[in-house]
Amino acid sequence: MKTFGYTIQNDRQIDFDAADKKLYRYVAEKEPDINLCIFCGTCTATCSAAEFKNMSFRKISLFLRRGLTENLKREIESCMFCGKCTLVCPRGINTRNIIFNIRKGIEEYEF
Amino acid sequence: MDTNKTVAVIGGGIAGMEAATFLSARGITVYLIEKEDKLGGHLLDWERLFPTMRNGSEVVKFLMDGVKADNIKIMLSSKLTAAEKSGKGYNLRINENVDLFADAVLVTTGYDLFDATKKEEYGYGIYDNVITSADLEKIFMSGKALQTKQGNVPKKIGLVHCVGSRDEKAGNVYCSKVCCVTGVKQAIEIKQKMPYTEVFNFYMDLRMYGMHFEALYKKAQADFGIQFIRGRLSEASEDQNGGIILKVEDTLMGKPLKLTVDILVLLIGLIPAKGSKEVGELFGLKNGVNGFYKTTDQHTLTNSSNVDGVFFAGACTSPKTITNTITDARAAASTVAAYLFNYRSLERKIEQNEDFWLYNTK
Ligand code: SF4
Ligand code: SF4
Ligand code: SF4
Repeated sequence: MKTFGYTIQNDRQIDFDAADKKLYRYVAEKEPDINLCIFCGTCTATCSAAEFKNMSFRKISLFLRRGLTENLKREIESCMFCGKCTLVCPRGINTRNIIFNIRKGIEEYEF
Repeated sequence: MDTNKTVAVIGGGIAGMEAATFLSARGITVYLIEKEDKLGGHLLDWERLFPTMRNGSEVVKFLMDGVKADNIKIMLSSKLTAAEKSGKGYNLRINENVDLFADAVLVTTGYDLFDATKKEEYGYGIYDNVITSADLEKIFMSGKALQTKQGNVPKKIGLVHCVGSRDEKAGNVYCSKVCCVTGVKQAIEIKQKMPYTEVFNFYMDLRMYGMHFEALYKKAQADFGIQFIRGRLSEASEDQNGGIILKVEDTLMGKPLKLTVDILVLLIGLIPAKGSKEVGELFGLKNGVNGFYKTTDQHTLTNSSNVDGVFFAGACTSPKTITNTITDARAAASTVAAYLFNYRSLERKIEQNEDFWLYNTK
């Protein structure tokens, strides 16, 4: 039994003042559709990877905007580029191309 | 105070009926031309109305009382087949055999319902237990119990918002305005009839903009335990027992969610009427980007068309609630009267933004 010591409490707040929006700007320039997302989750519901892994295009779209690059990197690894999400998006967003550009951006900026 | 003016109202739904009533009150003779054999339009197919749950038939009765006026000539099973400008008015041909003259024309052709078979991934017309909100109203109207095709009492029912609306893939980017609150209304009605059935509404946004709509939503939660899940359905499939397996993301939990329901109800949107297209071609009326008639101005000239002497009322210009439609019909009657009696009010101009910049992005 642990009777004393310290634990590190991670800050749960999104520090939007300090957010690094470099990657977001990079992707938005290549694929401005990123701005059209209404976070309905249709893409995630149809995604085969999402059933098994922590993978949600809707969340990726949010992580990117909020500058949460670590979470983004983790989620995006599971994508198989099947493009099912692009087929179902009610806003007609080219989701596949966004994921593609996020990967390119991550490489480019060496996040 | 009879005038010698005559107006043809094209469409005997609720907009046409109420406009006819208010035109007749100003001493104008009205031809109320309806292609079906009854007045009332879509309202005849709707049992109870949001947000009060009053019977739609009460509103129909109220509107019928109005069109009883002597100077309203009701023409049923009548279709406009030709229109020709004659002086300031129009010579109109009905059913290829009746000719009449009207000093002005009021178009009240309403809307059609989205054809749910176009959203193939939701399985309407493919799976037995997928129905539309309009089908559900018909079941309510019939007084029969809501059952699965297999004859069982449904234990779980799902309602899907925005079917054929707010969807580029379906070709309709606009919000149909009435389906959110219809979904809440129908969810409550299901619970009233079957208290032991679980009801789930799948939505992207709940648009409860009208007076008392939010109260209806709250009632659905407080008194009926209806569950609202924020996520748009990606696809539905059928299991071996006729159940419908839904795949959505529970976006507030951030996890994909699977749920099997016994009946799935699709809240279908409102689309431009086929009849509007036909009538529009006869007069040369312009449509807006979404296929509904284009009014002369978005804020001010909301009942005027691009054609002199032709006016609009009701859902032929955009999706509208019954309240909105009735109000719009009275406004249109007033606008038509202003035209016929040369009121200065119609001479006012406002700058037009012809190139509707909102839609230039795609
Ligand atoms: S389906 Fe399209 S609009 Fe909906 S969350 Fe995914 S990317 Fe955004
Ligand atoms: S492209 Fe990637 S995110 Fe989209 S459905 Fe396929 S695996 Fe999922
Ligand atoms: S009213 Fe609600 S269900 Fe209908 S299109 Fe608008 S948001 Fe969707």
